[in-house]
Amino acid sequence: MREMTYAQAIREALAEEMRRDKNVFLMGEDIAIFEGAFGVTGNLWKEFGLERVRDTPISEAAIVGAGVGAAIMGKRPVVEIMFGDFLPVGMDQIVNQAAKARYMSGGKVSVPLTIRVTTGATGAAAGHHSQSFEGWLIGIPGLKIAVPASPEDAKGLLKTAIRGEDPVIFFEHKRLYGMRGAVPEGDFTIPFGKARLVRRGKDVTLIGISGMVPTCLEAAEELQREGVDAEVIDPRTLVPLDRDLILESAVKTGRVVVVQEAHSRGGAAAEIAALIAEHAMDWMNAPILRVGARNVPIPYSPVLEQEVLPGKEDIIAAVRKLF
Amino acid sequence: MANYKKFFVLDVYRRIYLVREFELRAIEERRRGLIPGFIHSCVGEEATAVGACLALHQDDVITSTHRGHGHLLAKGGDPKYMMAELAARSSGYCKGRGGSLHIADFDLGILGANGIVGGGIPAAVGAALAFSLRKEKRVALSFFGDGATNQGSFHEAANMAGLWKLPVIFFCENNLYGEGTPQSKQAPLCDLAKRAESFCFPGVIVDGNDPLAVYEATREAVERARAGEGPTFIEGKTYRFRGHYEGDPQVYRIPGELEEWQARDPIPTFRQRLIEQWSIAEDEIKQVEDSVQQQLNEAVAYASSAPIPQEEEALEGVYADIHGGKVF
Repeated sequence: MREMTYAQAIREALAEEMRRDKNVFLMGEDIAIFEGAFGVTGNLWKEFGLERVRDTPISEAAIVGAGVGAAIMGKRPVVEIMFGDFLPVGMDQIVNQAAKARYMSGGKVSVPLTIRVTTGATGAAAGHHSQSFEGWLIGIPGLKIAVPASPEDAKGLLKTAIRGEDPVIFFEHKRLYGMRGAVPEGDFTIPFGKARLVRRGKDVTLIGISGMVPTCLEAAEELQREGVDAEVIDPRTLVPLDRDLILESAVKTGRVVVVQEAHSRGGAAAEIAALIAEHAMDWMNAPILRVGARNVPIPYSPVLEQEVLPGKEDIIAAVRKLF
Repeated sequence: MANYKKFFVLDVYRRIYLVREFELRAIEERRRGLIPGFIHSCVGEEATAVGACLALHQDDVITSTHRGHGHLLAKGGDPKYMMAELAARSSGYCKGRGGSLHIADFDLGILGANGIVGGGIPAAVGAALAFSLRKEKRVALSFFGDGATNQGSFHEAANMAGLWKLPVIFFCENNLYGEGTPQSKQAPLCDLAKRAESFCFPGVIVDGNDPLAVYEATREAVERARAGEGPTFIEGKTYRFRGHYEGDPQVYRIPGELEEWQARDPIPTFRQRLIEQWSIAEDEIKQVEDSVQQQLNEAVAYASSAPIPQEEEALEGVYADIHGGKVF
């Protein structure tokens, strides 16, 4: 199969969906002439023009809110928020407007809006350019939350997001943009709510979110040398969440570590751990553990940052506690 | 102004009278227990809603506010389904899930009332962007109060609309109060139309208690928008006769102000003009009023007997493709 990067896979999904449906258009800060702060949109503006690949003012509330209005009127906007850290600037439009329009109107309107947003730390970017906010947003009914961790998933999930009828927050991990992987030729989609079994194992289940999926795999390889056979699961979407695969794996191994880059307090990992505690406690041979960032703002100094962010060694240390 | 035909001005009167009486009826029904939730009434502000919506076509769209009953009625909302929604019934506009602050009817171009001050303004700009991308001659009009012009959402949306010359009208109902604080204590200017200058589109001040003056100003803005000349900001100077919400003790109200504005109450003022300027007979006006009262009797009767939602309805309609108990 052909290989491409995560960023190229996203760009290909955007291009294909724009060719397929003239209602799809892109809007965001520096996405056209500058070709995207991380180069994801690239030269799409040359094919689709500056109307459909639209540079905006630095106005997150207006970007998201205009996306809501255009979506209600039948367009399929894909808006880009340059850094996940900027989501709070547009949060009313996400939480109170986009998420609630369908339900509060008695189901009479759809908001087919995709909000692409970068997430995670890439090193020495400090507390306004390094955060992971997916855990905040899983608590908002009406939003769907995608956290792709491979080029194939990024492409397939983005197409599902764009074709769907509900607002999606699509978290793209900045550290994964350069990751290469096999991506099938032609048109394909990946459904929401179906987790990916990344590595089969029998002794412990590692559930990795977004950028932590490759880190979980590295930890699993190292644990193998210690004689621990780890299973790795990537939920792919947090809302909806594939409860079946998660619980099946938890029941099989009896030991679970949930790993996220977001601050460990109040995040998606806590939610998944609670799910397992509620439904699979009798099969657990050890406490369900979470690994996440220490609960301080992400610091600038590489030494401090490394101390705060979770890594392979933290996962391995957590697994060792379970045996 | 005298060029307006009799049937037109009588219809304008019917519309402002309907808004006023709907509000009074809703207040009464809330007191009697039919309506369980908040009401932010627009008594005193009927002329802005009616005058502005008269200048729109059915396929033009509006976004509204927490004080939105007048906007919805003026854009063609049916008092029956509105009253049923206020009464939290299944056959209300939002199936009892929204209440006063969330009423919407997309077929009529009503994109929704809103519980957040300034929350609906960006969506109006987005609707206008959709029209512009499709090269349609439709316009979006966003109603908001004076308080919303202090919100970032207004400034971001107005800047974007000015930059892209979108077919949108920013309609500010300056009723002199933002919730429980006078407008003069919330912003360093009182003519809010001046704000438009910084976004490079016209800002117009109009007597917000005169439905025809509002209609004319809005018609001009709509023409500009349809011609591709971009947004207009209209400030309708008006006054909120009642509290921010029903039950508000209104300790903040400036003494004497209410009486001053009540002398310019849009309903009796326009009624008097019908008689004096258009020589409409008292009987004819009374007939219109009676038909509105009849319509509202029917709306209240409809709401009172409308079904109360079943408990399982609570889980429906969050997503297009995930149903009921499967919401996680």
